[in-house]
Amino acid sequence: MLGLGADRLRADMNRLLALLFHQGVLDEQFLQLQQLQDETSPNFVSEVVNIYFHESEKLLRNLRGLLMDREFSDYKKMGIHLNQFMGSSSSIGAKRVRNVCVAFRAASEQNNRAGCLRALELVEHEYCYLKNKLHELFQLEQQRVLAAGVRYPIQN
Amino acid sequence: MRGKGSSSSKISTLIVDDDPIIRRIHKVLLTKVGLETQVVENGKKAVDLYHSGASFDLILMDLEMAIMDGPKATKELRAMGVQSMIVGVTARDLEVEKQMFMASGLNDCYVKPLTTDTVTALVKKLKKDN
Repeated sequence: MLGLGADRLRADMNRLLALLFHQGVLDEQFLQLQQLQDETSPNFVSEVVNIYFHESEKLLRNLRGLLMDREFSDYKKMGIHLNQFMGSSSSIGAKRVRNVCVAFRAASEQNNRAGCLRALELVEHEYCYLKNKLHELFQLEQQRVLAAGVRYPIQN
Repeated sequence: MRGKGSSSSKISTLIVDDDPIIRRIHKVLLTKVGLETQVVENGKKAVDLYHSGASFDLILMDLEMAIMDGPKATKELRAMGVQSMIVGVTARDLEVEKQMFMASGLNDCYVKPLTTDTVTALVKKLKKDN
């Protein structure tokens, strides 16, 4: 019975992942991360994603801070933060987040503050969606590991 | 071009990148294919390591880093006579950026993060050059 619980949770995880790929939220790079996870690095994917969340929130705060300043003119600095954020997003397979940054970069290159603010809101929206879905995925994984683990003491 | 290498039979690599995500991904990737790895956050730390007598078979060098970027660090290492394989990694697949980076003395340049296939090919090349 408990084994069936683990199997059902795995099926839920696979469905969620399939949805995220279908929506274009994640791309193949996320699969590459999963392939690197093994018994020597059992929490690799969640570790990398948590680093991404930590770094992204700093970068997004920096971007918002720059744009909310009425005297703002340092588009070069904004470009640096944005490139870092795009690079990090690509690294974990966060395809849709990365794609909405393209419009942000275009507005930044045109020194278009209003365009940057609009783009930033879109980026923040996509980032929140991604974060919520990945948290859901990792919670399912934790529950699956617990469900799979409880069987073994009983069998012994 | 190859460095002195480590005393063990494992190929030694230095990951030079200011992005903690890339440092983590590349460390696990390289370890998984059997390489020894060390990690630093910028070009100056890579140069300092060589000044202190360290040597690596392979350096993965990021392009944009604070304090000392990839091209500057690569030029300095080559000026020191370092013959390790230095592979550049860039966030964007822009030909003009890659060419500029290659001109600093790289052996090759790829978009990051690297894949298992790319790393396997690099290891093959290193072993062949040996």
